[in-house]
Amino acid sequence: MKKIVTIIRPDKLEDVKQALEEIGCLGMTVKEVKGRGIQLGITESYRGTDYKVDLLPKTQVEIVAKTEEVEKIVDTIVKNAQTGCIGDGKIFISPVEEVVRIRTGERGEDAI
Amino acid sequence: MDPILSSGDTAWMLISTALVILMTIPGVALFYGGLIRRENVLNTLFLSFITFSIVSVLWFIYGYDMVFSTDIWGVIGAISNPFFNGVLESGALSSYAPTIPQGLYAVFQMTFAAITVALISGAVVERMKFSAWLAFVPLWLTLVYMPIAHWVWGGGWLFQMGVLDFAGGIVVHLSSGVAALAMVLLVGIRKNAKLLPHHLGYSVIGTGLLWFGWFGFNAGSALGASNLAVSAMIVTNTSAAMGMLAWVLMDKINTGKPTLLGALSGAIAGLATITPAAGYVNVTSALIIGFVSSIICYYAVSHLKPLIGYDDALDVFGIHGMSGIIGTLAVGIFATPLINSAIKGGVIAGNPAQLGIQLLAIVVVGLYSFIVTYLIGMVIDRTIGLRVEEEHEVQGLDINLHEESGYRLS
Repeated sequence: MKKIVTIIRPDKLEDVKQALEEIGCLGMTVKEVKGRGIQLGITESYRGTDYKVDLLPKTQVEIVAKTEEVEKIVDTIVKNAQTGCIGDGKIFISPVEEVVRIRTGERGEDAI
Repeated sequence: MDPILSSGDTAWMLISTALVILMTIPGVALFYGGLIRRENVLNTLFLSFITFSIVSVLWFIYGYDMVFSTDIWGVIGAISNPFFNGVLESGALSSYAPTIPQGLYAVFQMTFAAITVALISGAVVERMKFSAWLAFVPLWLTLVYMPIAHWVWGGGWLFQMGVLDFAGGIVVHLSSGVAALAMVLLVGIRKNAKLLPHHLGYSVIGTGLLWFGWFGFNAGSALGASNLAVSAMIVTNTSAAMGMLAWVLMDKINTGKPTLLGALSGAIAGLATITPAAGYVNVTSALIIGFVSSIICYYAVSHLKPLIGYDDALDVFGIHGMSGIIGTLAVGIFATPLINSAIKGGVIAGNPAQLGIQLLAIVVVGLYSFIVTYLIGMVIDRTIGLRVEEEHEVQGLDINLHEESGYRLS
């Protein structure tokens, strides 16, 4: 089992969510985050003084999936979140030790 | 001919009173509230609201008399009706505005006193102890506002000299602006002194309420439902509009983009500047006054403040103080008996001496307000302490001083 953490542009969330639904990946946790990679920030100006804001709003989507499904999920995310411009985001994949379904107490891959 | 109550005047003045109340609660409160960090929003709003309450009470115990009652040596009024005893019961008309009740004139004036003190709060936000503010309000009201208001409006020495201040350029804006400067020097620079408004939407609402309420402030100072009130309303609006346009232009020229905060600030600069002149000048003068004042205030805020380095958090001196000075001088230039037959006019009316009187008033009132405010601040600092603990300042005043949070979003 793997955890897929992906940081994408906020306006791409709907597309990515829709596409993941179509390949059968429904479960996810979504957070609003701020961050930067090599994308330059923006400038805000109040009463004549400029302030550089270089942490930009992004959306973080976290999915836990069976190892054999990871490639399909990653491809789907990349295709739907991509714009080709700097700031598209990243995907991080890490191993997951255990998964538990709270409702039933099930463990392992079936609990995903 | 004995004066009699005019229901038209009284109706208008009742409305004007309500309009000016709206300017403090919640006009100024919201305007300031939007400009600070989210962790301090409740405290910032609270400062204006509590000020209104304290002034409301003290005004009718002794405040009105100290300003408007029988003059003592040109300096202050006598407390002839403590607790406003007998005034309402008698139904007496005001000696300052003979077609409306004395009580109405008094409550109208109360709203001016309240907003003057509330304005100062904008300079000291995000780092002043609430207890220190509670001590500051009655002291400043009594030792600074009341004497100054008496000198200019209550028949005191400046009034006797012929100073002109239609609705409060000296009494409200100059006095509070300079007081803000004095307090800022005492309370010190915030750890985080960046102007990053957490909710400009509040400031928009605040500005709208202020602009709307200002018609009570300026047109109401005509003390009647008259041509003068109409004239005051028009020049007030004109100056506000020009102020906004000028600041937007300055934004575009200096930092590249017109900003909403700039537009709001410009409007307020325009409104504050026309305040002493509202009942004395014509539309052309108002166009000039609004435009010029906004530009000067723009530079006071964006260049002078960073240059000198004082942390007047919400530009109380930069906008209100400066506007008070500019507007009071503008009266000396642009006042004309063609608009208000009760006056001689200023430079354009062939009476340059008026400008001298205005300048004298600015200097004396400015010095008085600064020195006495500084002393008040020092006394409070030595006894209660002005500034909050560093930990409280960093974490936020709402939680630490009030155990409340402005945004419990669930």
